[in-house]
Amino acid sequence: MLLLLVAHLAMALAAPALMSWLGRRAFLVLAIAPASATVWALTQTSAVLRGDLPTEVVEWVPGLQLELAFRMDTLSWLMLLLVGGVGALVLVYCSAYFSAKAGGLGRFGGVLVAFAGAMLGLVVADDMLLLYVFWELTTVFSYLLIGHYADRKASRRAAMQAIILTTAGGLAMLVGLILLGESAGTYRLSEIIASPPGGTLATVAVVLLLAGAASKSALIPLHFWLPSAMAAPTPVSAYLHAAAMVKAGVYLVARFAPAYADLTAWQVIVIALGCGTFLVGGYRALRQHDLKLVLAFGTVSQLGLIVLLVGLGTKSAALAGLALIGAHAMFKATLFLVVGVVDAATGTRDLRRLSGVGRALPVTATAAGLAVASMIGLPPFAGFAAKEAAIEAVRQDGEGWVGATVLVAVTLGSVLTAAYGLRFLWGAFATKASVTHAPVAEGEPESVGPGEPPAVTRPSLVLVWPALTLAVLGLAVAVLPGLGDKLLSPYAATYPTGDPGHLVLWAGITPTLLLTLLILAGGALLFVGRAPVERFQARLRTGPEADHLYRRTMRRLDDVSADVTAITQRGSLPFYLGGILVVFMALAGTALYTGTSLPVEVRGWDSPGQLVAGAAIVIAAVLTVRARRRLKAVILVGMSGYGVAVLYLLHGAPDLALTQVLVETITLMIFVLVLRRLPAYFSDRPLAVSRWVRLAIGVLVGGTVAVLTLVAPGARMHVPQSIDFADEAYSFGGGKNIVNVVLVDIRAWDTMGEISVLLVAATGVASLIFRQRRHAVPNRVSEVEVDHTASSGVWGTDDDRDRMASLRRRGVSTPAQDAHAQPRGAPSIGSAIAGSRAWLRAERTLAPQRRSVIFEVVTRLLFHTMVVFAAFLLFSGHNTPGGGFAAGLVVGIALIVRYLAGGRYELGEAAPVHPGLLLGSGLFLSAGVGLVALLGGAEVLQSVIVEIALPVLGPVKLVTSLFFDVGVFLVVIGLVLDILRSLGAEIDRQGEETGADDMGTPADAPTPAEVSR
Amino acid sequence: MTVDMTPNLTLVVVIGVLVAAGVYLMLERSLSRVLIGIILVGNGINLTFLVASGAAGGAPIVGMTDTDEMSDPLPQAMVLTAIVITLGMTAFLLALAYRSWQLHRHDEVQDDVEDRRIARIAAYDQAIYADMDTEDTVSDLDRDAAEARDETQSSDDDAEPVGAR
Repeated sequence: MLLLLVAHLAMALAAPALMSWLGRRAFLVLAIAPASATVWALTQTSAVLRGDLPTEVVEWVPGLQLELAFRMDTLSWLMLLLVGGVGALVLVYCSAYFSAKAGGLGRFGGVLVAFAGAMLGLVVADDMLLLYVFWELTTVFSYLLIGHYADRKASRRAAMQAIILTTAGGLAMLVGLILLGESAGTYRLSEIIASPPGGTLATVAVVLLLAGAASKSALIPLHFWLPSAMAAPTPVSAYLHAAAMVKAGVYLVARFAPAYADLTAWQVIVIALGCGTFLVGGYRALRQHDLKLVLAFGTVSQLGLIVLLVGLGTKSAALAGLALIGAHAMFKATLFLVVGVVDAATGTRDLRRLSGVGRALPVTATAAGLAVASMIGLPPFAGFAAKEAAIEAVRQDGEGWVGATVLVAVTLGSVLTAAYGLRFLWGAFATKASVTHAPVAEGEPESVGPGEPPAVTRPSLVLVWPALTLAVLGLAVAVLPGLGDKLLSPYAATYPTGDPGHLVLWAGITPTLLLTLLILAGGALLFVGRAPVERFQARLRTGPEADHLYRRTMRRLDDVSADVTAITQRGSLPFYLGGILVVFMALAGTALYTGTSLPVEVRGWDSPGQLVAGAAIVIAAVLTVRARRRLKAVILVGMSGYGVAVLYLLHGAPDLALTQVLVETITLMIFVLVLRRLPAYFSDRPLAVSRWVRLAIGVLVGGTVAVLTLVAPGARMHVPQSIDFADEAYSFGGGKNIVNVVLVDIRAWDTMGEISVLLVAATGVASLIFRQRRHAVPNRVSEVEVDHTASSGVWGTDDDRDRMASLRRRGVSTPAQDAHAQPRGAPSIGSAIAGSRAWLRAERTLAPQRRSVIFEVVTRLLFHTMVVFAAFLLFSGHNTPGGGFAAGLVVGIALIVRYLAGGRYELGEAAPVHPGLLLGSGLFLSAGVGLVALLGGAEVLQSVIVEIALPVLGPVKLVTSLFFDVGVFLVVIGLVLDILRSLGAEIDRQGEETGADDMGTPADAPTPAEVSR
Repeated sequence: MTVDMTPNLTLVVVIGVLVAAGVYLMLERSLSRVLIGIILVGNGINLTFLVASGAAGGAPIVGMTDTDEMSDPLPQAMVLTAIVITLGMTAFLLALAYRSWQLHRHDEVQDDVEDRRIARIAAYDQAIYADMDTEDTVSDLDRDAAEARDETQSSDDDAEPVGAR
């Protein structure tokens, strides 16, 4: 069975290619897939009859108990025959039906085959979750098929309606399946049917299952999607209505009926929906003028009857139901295919305009006649046998008023069926004297002259024989004596109650036969009196239709969702944050209040120093909040940060203290770099009320966190994870500094993730600031001439330019002016600077008044010292405080110092590499070394200790995690360099371009002094 | 290693103040104040790790401190990671603030324009977008049926009948 599914899948995927190669003849190739399913089912017939059921189980997701489990019993066998047989015939029909020039055939063919495959999987699946997967696949494929003509509004609307309704039902069904599976402890369909779980939960589950079945099988009140779905191409309608899609719901009911038909809820739902749908469908079919619509409502009606029969729960009704499933598939497919022929031959499906078609297309008319005879229950057709068995079953097994009601409903519905069957046959093929100028809908071009029936072209034989085959089959299966009984009764026998029924063509003169005659007479009467009936129906047409209600509901749903969005999605960041924080307080607060108690004893402090540092932090934090000036706030927050570093140190965490100090320093400098551009003061927000709310939220959140922190230590139940780290760090990690070993070895994956985050952040910063492309090489002194846009030098302003002018008058020249003053052929300013002996290489690119000789000298002295110190931190970090992070940050600070002393060209000289190179090679080094361990048979990122004896230095212990740390080191340098190049150098350059000065105001904006006033 | 789990009151107070001050700033609209708030909250939360890891001790370095007197190294490693990540985040938010200044000459986080539009539309009970497929709420199966035509074989034959399109 899995093989069949794979065949369908392969065929579906190959369909577009086949279609472009073979044209529409490719449909014949595609038909092989469903045909093979039919053939396989036929070869298994005897096994199925013997009860030796073919099964197949392939493990899929063991954790979910999800298996590709397939099993074919009589019901599946019947469905498989229909799905495959009708599918193959429909595909053959397609090859002649569609114009060779029709668009989208490749996709259409593929989807149709896939749909057949999904249907096949659905009927043989023995795992409920698998069944659900196929169920939804049929929904999706039917959506694509119904919406085949995507350029038509009606098509799109019908497809959308179908998918919304059936998916909603499908979701209900999924809940039902899971409830059932969980209470049974297995998702095997066969096991659940064999020993069904009971109780309220099971009842709820079964009701949900029926909801899914009702939506799929178009039972009232969700029946309206099926008639709308006739917007699909006619072959699709034939398949959808006869064998697939709607039959899935029927299949589900038939599958669960043996286990649950005795539930009252089941009985109520099945009888009410079944009878109601049977009658409503038949009634509405009587007043349609479009042949496809007559058939569509006819299908709705028949589905009601079939669900009623297979759901009723008795053996005889079930047998009748199964027979009707088969009969219906054959006659309904025939009729739709015939409509396609008529439509293609005449160009219309309006039965008010068709006339004389029967005379022109006798073979087609014969097929239709056979099918209609089966539908309305004329002997000796399959439909007759099924309907006889149905009436017999309902008559025999029905009890009390419910039984009487069902009998009356079935009889009435059959009368309606007979009436619309005759109406269809007459409408499509009769020669009508009355066909004159048919009323044409407004806005429609009048294609037919008054009183003139449409001309008929002769259809190709390929269009006719599939329909005829099915019609003749409908006769054949009934005429062979005992065939139906023999093939179908094994499944009917699994129903718990009632006597086994029989499918016979002649059972003597019984009340049932009399009832059948009555039905046929009533149908004929309704047909003959069709004119008054139509008038009566037109007068009765009041009240909203289900379709209308559906649309209004969808519209209201849109409105409600807009309202909900408007309330919750306010677009305000403080609002969202506030919401999150309030929820945090509510949840954590509740947990604290109900589940914990405050600790009995607390320590005031570990050392008095903590008290001092703590007080400093608190004061700095409060002042930060009160600060209105940006720079002040930043410096205060930096102070609190340094205070935190002191706390780390006092707690016994030197690594943390070191890192915190370095990070605070860098943060401060980055802030200053950006604050150059921003206004000096925070904008005033004089909303007094909201400020108090914010304050309240702040204090409450702070309090909650404080209490949480107070309670958390008391919640410890186990000894710390790190109790053995000291040992492990030294013996396996090869280092004495445990924190560092944790970072580069024990929890190296964490660090790996972290440096990836840093890489992303650095890239993000650069991409926000560099508006055009990121330069491949940083600003170098050698570029000065090309790049130097402002004549005043780096960090110069317009004012400076004027000052320069006065300086120039006195014979002093700026570097750039120098360059221009050089005679042609003389070395450029860049090479001049490069060749000069200065404290810093790029010092002369600065505007003169921005230079500080002392700073330059100090930088010159400090830079290399700092780099050496960083190297020391890096290599000793494994045993003493330090490591890649700290070392990288120190190099970062050294670079910042160079930048501050010498401007962006100095930065370029200090680090003439692209930050991306550092980031990338750092990450590569860390990850690469981790992988190297794999070669030695160890785990990823595991350290290897190598001891080498060097001639002079003696034994050297080398731990491979050092390379990991070097990677971290490079990434951190890359981050800082990227920040400097973006927030420092590039902002400088942009400022020079736009003429903005360093105090955060463009040239034409008020100066800081004015703002502060 | 110390497993004295009595909480340190000084740290708890510092944590409370840092978080309260940070949250107050985070609820502002100015991006730089939000960022300062995030840094404060971050510092506060980092300190909670210290409290949760027990009492203070010596530096967790083998040979320097006796194993029994060490502070817990695991939370320290986690906090170290957090500190460095905060640096990356600070840089990113500052870049955002600068970009906002470049575009709007301020660094305030404005309300989302699209969200405001939805709210306005919801107030009028209008459709969010014009949907031609659902606009006419009156359905007409007959009309739809008359419009539904397949691209069939005969529809493009030369011997096309009068009735076919």
